[in-house]
Amino acid sequence: MSKILMKGNEAIAEAAIRSGCRLYFAYPITPQSELIEYMAKMMPKVNGTFIQAESEVAAINMVYGAAGSGKRVMTSSSSPGISLKMEGISYIAGAELPCVIVNVQRGGPGLGDIQPAQGDYFQATKGGGHGDYRLIVLAPSSVQEFADMASEAFDLADKYRNPVMILADGMLGQMMEPVEFKPAKTDAELQELANQHLSWCICPNADGDKKHHHEINSLELDPQVLEKHVLDLYKKYAEIEKNEARYETYNVSDDNEVLCVAWGTASRVVKSAINEVMKEGKSVGLIRPIRVWPYPYDAIKQAIGKNVKKVYVFELNSGQMVEDVKIAVEGKVPVDFWGKLGGVVFTPAEIKEKLETCF
Amino acid sequence: MEIIAKRPEALTKEPFHYCPGCMHGVAHRLIAEAIDENGLINEIAGVAPVGCGVFAYKYFNFDMAEAAHGRAPAVATGIKRARPDMHVFTYQGDGDLAAIGTAEIVHAANRGEKISVFFINNAIYGMTGGQMAPTTLPNMKTTTSPYGRNVEDIGYPIRVCELLSTLVAPYYIERVSLLTSADIIKAKKAVEKAIRYNKENRGFTFVEFISTCPTNWGYEPEKARQWAKENMLPFFKPGVFRDKGEGVE
Amino acid sequence: MPKMTVDPDYCKGCGLCINACPRKIIRLSENINAKGYNYAECFEQEKCTACKLCYITCPDVAITIEK
Repeated sequence: MSKILMKGNEAIAEAAIRSGCRLYFAYPITPQSELIEYMAKMMPKVNGTFIQAESEVAAINMVYGAAGSGKRVMTSSSSPGISLKMEGISYIAGAELPCVIVNVQRGGPGLGDIQPAQGDYFQATKGGGHGDYRLIVLAPSSVQEFADMASEAFDLADKYRNPVMILADGMLGQMMEPVEFKPAKTDAELQELANQHLSWCICPNADGDKKHHHEINSLELDPQVLEKHVLDLYKKYAEIEKNEARYETYNVSDDNEVLCVAWGTASRVVKSAINEVMKEGKSVGLIRPIRVWPYPYDAIKQAIGKNVKKVYVFELNSGQMVEDVKIAVEGKVPVDFWGKLGGVVFTPAEIKEKLETCF
Repeated sequence: MEIIAKRPEALTKEPFHYCPGCMHGVAHRLIAEAIDENGLINEIAGVAPVGCGVFAYKYFNFDMAEAAHGRAPAVATGIKRARPDMHVFTYQGDGDLAAIGTAEIVHAANRGEKISVFFINNAIYGMTGGQMAPTTLPNMKTTTSPYGRNVEDIGYPIRVCELLSTLVAPYYIERVSLLTSADIIKAKKAVEKAIRYNKENRGFTFVEFISTCPTNWGYEPEKARQWAKENMLPFFKPGVFRDKGEGVE
Repeated sequence: MPKMTVDPDYCKGCGLCINACPRKIIRLSENINAKGYNYAECFEQEKCTACKLCYITCPDVAITIEK
């Protein structure tokens, strides 16, 4: 299939439909509006459900219902709207339902602005809603990767019965890049996907004599039972941490004097800056977490070569992922951070300038 | 001898946790009977609320979802859209439906979602210990209106049937009472109609039950029903507000 | 002959069936159930007409009617 020039917001929507998503509930918010508009246009053509909900809160609860019915379902929003969804996300995690949530991040806190930012890292990776739970969080850095993550996200959600967030930003949502899509799921594949959850989800009782009573629920008043449930969740999360961390290395070698860590849009700028610095004969590597939960702690630790004097973290926030980098580095070398805030995106020249201070 | 009345199949064997004399159990039974009578037990799902009805998911003998506070109509929307071959209802109290979940109920009704909503109105928050509800009557004392509901300060009770009747989409809206045996017989007909319309995918159906809260009102069960007859029914008048199946628009 | 039976495991002794019964043949037992409630019982089965009003009123669906 040939490549198509597409906005990130449209590419993720198309890719989600191809991945078997036939239910989408959301509320308009900038800078993800093209996503909801694409779904409004395309869902009726594939016999799918599109509802513009009355609120983000309603949308995520529609997701709860559809996910509890065992069907591939997605919602999307941007930062303030994701905050509103957090209640429902906590319930979905507690009830162990599979679904995909896209966050096209913008500047915050509060209403903030509508420019690209990475200020929701803590919210996405450390909780966000109430209680002990984890989201699997995928962090794309190109339109192609954004689109590819749709099927990845649905597969992970189904495999672990856990909500998966794709943590993009306004830059990736709005920018156009060539993108190539995987083939759409066939009807037979859709049927198979729908059948994989029949042992626990809300579904008609096919065998009339054998009643089933499936409960979609996150409530448990007995503290011993609830504790066991959460411990079971954490067994699952340990399994996810063992199997599902993903990262990209860029120019990582024993020659590196500086090791950068950056994710998403920020990593693209850092790559450009590294290319410039390399021309001056200096060796700088980059680790880019492709998934920010589970976090690639070991990969970062192992990438610190013998010549590395500093690990430098660049983010479009006030320093959030840097805390995970410090955990990974274990104090072996100094960890420095520089970021831009409020929807301001740093330039390669600015990053280059920062890197040059390390030599 | 033949059994002519027994626990419906659509209820599990789990005894209700409700206080003695609470009408939740009657509402549960009416819904379960209507499901049995319409032969829907294998293709129906319910959504439980937060509030006294929170454990409803344990009591109905088919697939159930437990929703966040007020969100049952959104959850039911998700289920019905995901599984259009199934029939879906919510069971909600007055705090859940008419306070925190006001947006969800109004918009589910306005979309004409093909679900049934069963709404228990007993003018108080039961589960949390007797706080003021959006349906608490003027001057009625609760733990958060200890001097009586002051309508100048906090406004009047919300009449949900009347409010939803301003919308075009809803197919059937009726308010019934559970305060006497005769009322319950009438209520059964309303529930049966809502479930039948649901089975036929006709549209959004809504039944409000005027009920009691003996524990938090501080009355014996029979006295509570008497109090509700005298005080609730004049404000929340039973009746059919919409029935497109019978030409009541 | 019509017969009403109360399942003591379900009954909470609220007494609504006692008021609902037109023949006034239901009372609270002197015995208590596992939850500590004096449960309802019919003390003159032969007068029962199987009108079902007790069943209709019972909030705990504890009553079975046979005819």
